[in-house]
Amino acid sequence: MDMKDIKQLSVNAIHNGTVIDHIPAQNLFKVISILGLDKIGSKITFGTNLESKRMGKKAIIKIADKFFEKDEINRIAMVAPLAKLNIIREYEVVDKMLVEVPDGISGIVKCMNPKCITNNEKVTPRFKVVDKKNVSLKCHYCEKITDQEHMEYL
Amino acid sequence: MKNKSLVSIDDLSKEEIFRVLDLAEGFEKNPNQRILVGKVVATLFYEPSTRTRLSFESAVNRLGGRVIGFSEASSTSVSKGESLKDTIMTVANYSDLIVMRHPIEGSARYASEVSKVPIINAGDGANQHPTQTLLDLYSIRKTQGKLDNLKIVMVGDLKYGRTVHSLLMAMSQFNASFTFISPKELQMPLEYKMYLDSIGLKYNETSELADNIKDADIIYMTRVQRERFSDPLEYEKVKNVYVLRNEMLKETKPNMKVLHPLPRVNEIHTDVDDNPQAYYFPQALNGVFTRMAIMAIILGLK
Ligand SMILES: [Zn+2]
Repeated sequence: MDMKDIKQLSVNAIHNGTVIDHIPAQNLFKVISILGLDKIGSKITFGTNLESKRMGKKAIIKIADKFFEKDEINRIAMVAPLAKLNIIREYEVVDKMLVEVPDGISGIVKCMNPKCITNNEKVTPRFKVVDKKNVSLKCHYCEKITDQEHMEYL
Repeated sequence: MKNKSLVSIDDLSKEEIFRVLDLAEGFEKNPNQRILVGKVVATLFYEPSTRTRLSFESAVNRLGGRVIGFSEASSTSVSKGESLKDTIMTVANYSDLIVMRHPIEGSARYASEVSKVPIINAGDGANQHPTQTLLDLYSIRKTQGKLDNLKIVMVGDLKYGRTVHSLLMAMSQFNASFTFISPKELQMPLEYKMYLDSIGLKYNETSELADNIKDADIIYMTRVQRERFSDPLEYEKVKNVYVLRNEMLKETKPNMKVLHPLPRVNEIHTDVDDNPQAYYFPQALNGVFTRMAIMAIILGLK
């Protein structure tokens, strides 16, 4: 563990759990809701509007006694593509994970086409990720593209 | 394709497309095969499209099947606010196959996911209309003797015209080259041109009709609709520019045929109708054979 990690994690050090770093500050609550953190019993602390050279204002979430599966964490790729996870055991970072943009997503983003069935009936939006770098999504239903600029979250 | 829905032309492989066309040819030779006796086909038309509905119903009737359904949503439980899911789940109990036209995009894909019987998409908003594409392919193959290496000229509303988009995607599998002729406001969307670039197919884009049709194998005409223009003056300027007249066809290739998904308004002058190169009415008839073939395959009867 280098000095930076120690400084950062000691603010509210957790014994065991996960620290999610490099979340765009404006998407903090989206990350919380996508991961369902508002519904779990774990002890959670977060900081937001922290300075970041790489991304302007960032947010960080620390979740005690919670470890994520790869599929689970990739769900936040649309809102926090640069997020980095530190897996903590016994106060030490034992592993790091990066978010990967998945091949498909469901139930996170709205289709930008107002004439799409997903915006007219109770149908869960589903997309194929057609561009992983710029994150652009092709609707499984209306086949229209929703790009990052037009992404709205459910 | 057996027991599967037909939602999008992209759902079909090249082999499946050929299977539909070959079978349609058989139905053209012998249209009265009573293979649908005892079958019920529901035609659910949430928006009127008389031509498409009659074509499907004619196909079912000629094959000895029965038709139930509605031709507009206003007279049904739909107008009382029933969800698409509930309507489909109910009608699937009454029928062996559902043909649906709906103004909402993606409705056919969704219907295919909730229905226990196959769905044929007869148009979902601006999205897909695969049976139209198949009948266009049938008409092209029949008149040209092949699908490969043809020169396709598309005219009119290339921006919103879903038929030209689907036809472009389908013909791009057969090494076609394209000319797009439209007013500036209604040009072929960038994504389709980028797609052609990415697979190395050639296309020209122009706003001039008369000089750009001489080397065409197929001229595919579409309607330029007033409601597509934000500025009504723009519409007035172009509405008579994209009209095909008989005199323009003088120097075209003898094998060339003029296609149109119909209904036409004025974009093909009636003086073209008697020219043997006019093919839009036979094209509509081909729709019946093509739909016979699609239903027969999906119901596992051929
Ligand atoms: Zn959509």
